[in-house]
Amino acid sequence: MSAATIDAAGLGRRRAMLLVAPALILITAFLVIPALWTVYLGVTDYRLTGIQAANPQFVGLDNYRAALVDPAFRNALWLTLVFVFGSAIVGQTGAGFALAWTLRSVPKIVRTVVQTLVLLAWILPSSIVAFLWVAYLSRDDGTLNAILHTGGTDWLLAHPMLSIIVFNTWRGTAFSMLLFSAALGAVPPSQLEAARLSGAGTFAQLRDVVVPHIRGHVLTNTLLISLWTFNDFSPYLLTAGGPNHASEVLPVFIYNEALYGGQLGYGSAISFIMLFINLVIALFYVRLLRERR
Amino acid sequence: MASIHIDGLTKVYPGGVTAIDGLDLTIEDGSFFALLGPSGCGKTTLLRTIAGLEAVSAGTIHIAERDVTVLPPGDRNVAMVFQDYALFPHMSVNENIAYPLRIKKTGRSERTLKATETGTALGLEALMERRPAELSGGQQQRVALARAMACQPSVFLLDEPLSNLDARLRLEARSFLKRLQRELGVTTVFVTHDQSEALAMADQIAVMEKGRIRQLGTPSEIFRSPSNTFVANFIGSTPMNLLPGVLRGGTLRVGSASVGREAAGELAAWSAGAVDSGEVTVAFRPEYARVDGDGPLRFTGTVETLENLGASVLVTVRTGDDQRVQAVVPEGEEVDVGAGVHVAPVPGRILVYDARGELLRP
Repeated sequence: MSAATIDAAGLGRRRAMLLVAPALILITAFLVIPALWTVYLGVTDYRLTGIQAANPQFVGLDNYRAALVDPAFRNALWLTLVFVFGSAIVGQTGAGFALAWTLRSVPKIVRTVVQTLVLLAWILPSSIVAFLWVAYLSRDDGTLNAILHTGGTDWLLAHPMLSIIVFNTWRGTAFSMLLFSAALGAVPPSQLEAARLSGAGTFAQLRDVVVPHIRGHVLTNTLLISLWTFNDFSPYLLTAGGPNHASEVLPVFIYNEALYGGQLGYGSAISFIMLFINLVIALFYVRLLRERR
Repeated sequence: MASIHIDGLTKVYPGGVTAIDGLDLTIEDGSFFALLGPSGCGKTTLLRTIAGLEAVSAGTIHIAERDVTVLPPGDRNVAMVFQDYALFPHMSVNENIAYPLRIKKTGRSERTLKATETGTALGLEALMERRPAELSGGQQQRVALARAMACQPSVFLLDEPLSNLDARLRLEARSFLKRLQRELGVTTVFVTHDQSEALAMADQIAVMEKGRIRQLGTPSEIFRSPSNTFVANFIGSTPMNLLPGVLRGGTLRVGSASVGREAAGELAAWSAGAVDSGEVTVAFRPEYARVDGDGPLRFTGTVETLENLGASVLVTVRTGDDQRVQAVVPEGEEVDVGAGVHVAPVPGRILVYDARGELLRP
């Protein structure tokens, strides 16, 4: 096919290039170059201060070798998996689906109010919701302690992982709720009714009608929220990775290593490992999605 | 055994719409029963309340002498075939048919056997391993019927069973459903907005309007003597002639035409009844009107339009009193547009409705 036959708008190649150029320039400047820069830094001993800041040396794969034997890195990787599994795959998917399913059969006013509140948790800036949660979980005069009569418990110190998992579930459920609401709206009501007439209870209706219909939505949702949660930095705002690395998920670990520890080269290498893990997760889901068809 | 008794049934939707309004109805065991009416008349809501898919606002429903008013759908021993068939797309035909048995915890081998048996009875034996998407509309309907039959319910409910089929298939499915119902002998209620479907298939028809039953009867009763002008208007493939008239002193006048009760003959129900009803509506079917025929009531006018119905022609005549009267004439006996003609209804087929729209009966 020649270029002329697919040039529906009749722009010509030059003018077309001109129109996409601003976007390409921005993407290059803020995405491609920093990414390549990270890859480059990952194979150097570049530091924030000191002699290696002025004159970084090429160290090959040393950073990667160091990461693989670094117990702090393994700890961060493990905590990230726990965080993703707990807050995204179980927490957000579960709460999002439960909300979407329940809200179908409540009065419109209740639905609107609940959806607005859930959405609010999602769209408020991280710094604000983090402050709210610090206040909520605070040892002195914290709301949770007042509710549970557990005065003096410092939740962020005593249960740091549980705290950030619950926090992130609360924060991100809106997306799953919206996606599942749309998906449930596409399940033909007559099929649910046919199942009910056969005597199917709620569980059997979910298993035999709803889940087969929304399987693709479940996968898409799980993919997106696992990636977002995997890369999420907001736990830092609650625990800063502490106490003693007990809630130091990978993005927080990188921040602590690269900026507090000053090891920009090492941090970059771990960033690259994270990018790689992102790709693996994405490929895994894409394969699952394809198998379905 | 499985008759259905409905007593004072009312269904008000949240928001205040009354879909069913204090309805009483008895559906005999083994009958093929049609709920017929225009859209929004409450016929589908009635079917769904019998199924248990809608909660009733007041009244009771008994199936086979058992009060099922508040029972969940699965405990009523009814099966429903949905308008869109509601087959499960991810299950094979066999699994679809066996689904109610699976829910009732029947063993795998037994339910597969039972599904195959039911499927074979409906001519689906070659399709048992296919998915619903690989079937034609008619085949999908048979699968839905087989699924309904598999657990041997005491009542079948069919929601617009023919509306998703194309015209040709619809006629086939009509005969098929009628034969199947007769063979199974299971009480069957179906909903339709198509009067010809109801007339063709049902043993009993309830014509509904605004949540009430306007007439209950056999197809021929409903066709021959619609008990009010609503039913008269609704039933029939060509619209009923409805003309304003006056009944006074035993003489019926319609415009300049008139007929005395003696001339109307024994067959005209109105002639034996009231003699002084004042303002009335005179009705007769185009099928029972003769062009240039003799009769006690004759309308004179000119032919306005001709509509070809295939084996017959629908002639519209504009009378001198500026009324339109329609008559069906056999093919080959057409008149010309613009010609002056007489139209005379067959005497025994003239129906007279009083000012409230109710049929005058002997």
